[in-house]
Amino acid sequence: MESRLRKVIVCDPDKCNGCRICEYVCSYVSEGVMNIKKSRIRVVRIEPFLNIAVTCRKCEDPVCVKACPRDALKQKPNGIIAIDENKCNGCGWCVEACPFGVIRLHLGRRKVIVCDYCEKYGSPKCVEYCPKEALKYVTVDQAGRELSKKAVKILLEER
Amino acid sequence: MKGYAGRYLTIDLTRGKTVIDRVDEYMAINYIGGYGFGARALYDMLPNPAQIDPLSPENVLIWWTGPLAGTISTAGNKYSVFAKSPLTGIFGFGISSGLFASELKSAGWDGIVFTGRSEKPSYLMIDDDNIELRDASHLWGRTTWETEEMIKEELGDESFVVASIGPAGERMVKLANITNERNRQVGRCGLGAVMGSKNLKAVAVRGTKDVEVADIESLLKFIADLNERCQGPATEKYRIYGTPANVLVHNKLGCLPSYNFQRGTFEYAEEVSGEMMLKTHVKKIIACAGCPIACDHVNQAREAYAGSTSSVDYESLALLGPNCGIRSLDFITKAVEICDTLGVDTISAGNVVGWAMECYEKGILSRDETDGIDLRFGNGEALLDALRRLCLREGRLGSLLAEGVRRASQIVGKGSEKFAMHCKGLEWAAYELRSLQTSTLGFAVSNRGADYLRSGSYQVDVKGQVDRLRLDRSRGKIVYDGENLYAIIDSLIICKFTRGIFKSVDELAKLYTLVTGLSMTGEQIIKAGERIHNLARCFNIKCGISRKDDYPPPRAFEDPLPDDVVKGAVIKREEYDEALDGYYECRGWNKDGIPTKRKLLELGLNKEAEEVGVEA
Repeated sequence: MESRLRKVIVCDPDKCNGCRICEYVCSYVSEGVMNIKKSRIRVVRIEPFLNIAVTCRKCEDPVCVKACPRDALKQKPNGIIAIDENKCNGCGWCVEACPFGVIRLHLGRRKVIVCDYCEKYGSPKCVEYCPKEALKYVTVDQAGRELSKKAVKILLEER
Repeated sequence: MKGYAGRYLTIDLTRGKTVIDRVDEYMAINYIGGYGFGARALYDMLPNPAQIDPLSPENVLIWWTGPLAGTISTAGNKYSVFAKSPLTGIFGFGISSGLFASELKSAGWDGIVFTGRSEKPSYLMIDDDNIELRDASHLWGRTTWETEEMIKEELGDESFVVASIGPAGERMVKLANITNERNRQVGRCGLGAVMGSKNLKAVAVRGTKDVEVADIESLLKFIADLNERCQGPATEKYRIYGTPANVLVHNKLGCLPSYNFQRGTFEYAEEVSGEMMLKTHVKKIIACAGCPIACDHVNQAREAYAGSTSSVDYESLALLGPNCGIRSLDFITKAVEICDTLGVDTISAGNVVGWAMECYEKGILSRDETDGIDLRFGNGEALLDALRRLCLREGRLGSLLAEGVRRASQIVGKGSEKFAMHCKGLEWAAYELRSLQTSTLGFAVSNRGADYLRSGSYQVDVKGQVDRLRLDRSRGKIVYDGENLYAIIDSLIICKFTRGIFKSVDELAKLYTLVTGLSMTGEQIIKAGERIHNLARCFNIKCGISRKDDYPPPRAFEDPLPDDVVKGAVIKREEYDEALDGYYECRGWNKDGIPTKRKLLELGLNKEAEEVGVEA
């Protein structure tokens, strides 16, 4: 798949209020449990006014893959990072390499985990459960267009 | 059983010893969690509560989550704290939310019980099974916000969730609260002072365990449905304006208390309305964990005290605003910031300052007694100054107000008791008494004192379902039903803002069953609510509470409202007596408000029937 057609999960920080429903859902989808610490999407809160949820960006030529000294990470054609748990030894180099901090080590297993975009369902559950539609599953180009629209709207409203 | 962690921690602060106990199925089914567990524990741990000084090591401090904490349950991540209240001398109880409850459950604990008193300032760290009482000398004197940051820094992980007291709690100000995640508070009943009396500065929790749920797939489907409903009309006002949406609604109805409840409208209501606040002051709306509504509106002051930041809800706004004659959102934002960081309840603080302002204007408090502060209604600087003094127990004024409005008015005397707006020692919240009379009955009979959160009986008044300017016997049933339902909501524990989205109590029972795997019907769960309410009442009876305490303050009967929309509204004593009789009758209590043996036995409260129950 051409990278421009890849959809990613984007988060509108104006709408994200830090409710963590995405994290609860993700922990179920990923591991069948309720445990936000096992979520692949992470809610970041910076006091007093900022909230955003972040997850894998499906980067082109991803640094996490490059960083892995054991060849445990591969990017699939659809952009999703596949992890070979037999090869991963939890060194965490990919964690340090990722500029978004969204690839992490599993709390218990100490193997690397990352968002797989709910491949088994076809579309991400966090987006479906986000009560404020802060999360969207779109291409980066679509996200850019939406942002332009929003910026223009604000500019016009302020005039 | 799932949902529950199945165990709780008891910490003897005097000896530094910890004990782990189990939460069993009997407790779960009969007392649900939260309020129910707290009532059970308080009744059992303080068998002679009248003898207990609330600020002595003999008092206990009990924290409970409910079965839903740590799961995706709609607005179900809340925790509750209990002790004999230093403010009221009776059942003390408060609920907070945020992420704390989820974290505690993830650490594998349903609750924490503190007994005794630590020799030096300490804080408790819970990191899953690793429990440590750590030195807090360097945190003593710090604000709640500073304390959170310093503990996270010191423990090296900002995912620790911290609940702490500010300097007010340390100084055992009777209005002191407990704050977690900056903006969430266990606000009422002065439980922060109990924490301070135990030399306990904070509790910091990190949890990494899975929370087990009985039927996770069905739960997720049900939650998707509930969360969808939460985007509908039942919660609209919370989502858009937050609870300050009430300002204009109440002003129109003449039930927005102003000038220490001398009036029920505020001439500057527009300037402090939810609509205005959203336009000019709200910088961010945030949600508690698992909440699809998101009511928390974080303000930033613009001109006066520019940059001050606080989360402003209706109660804080109304009590620190109109009730003190304040018409500036900047000053209100700053006032809430002072209360939140130094650690006192905004409702009680706004109420007691309003009382002091009335005293000052009537010449009952001299300028000497206010430490030179010109404590007129509407003087924003005076409000802030008084609040700081209250929080720090500074000067004559600070020491006086720190006692709460009941005690302060007893100290000052000169007729000021007549307009001390409280019931059982707890300051009245922002619902005018004479223009919402079912509400007033609900406030006055509440187990924790003047309280809008134990029955929600204001709703029938505000919605026009009854004649709100009169009382009759039938109102007793409304309060009774409301209390039983709210006892369940507070035991599960879920947010009351979801109450409109559940189609019936059967759905509450269904939520309980999906999470815990324990079968429960709507009828059974409401019965548990009645049991819990009665248990807390029995504790209060042992503290000396009876009919005489179930009355609103004199102003409700003696001072007709002057506002045009509700001109002359006042509560008639004989109507109130009648409504109270009606309430006791529904409850199965005698004329003096004491539960009968028969009622207690029916609820399975056998020990209480023996100890407290009367024949008829």
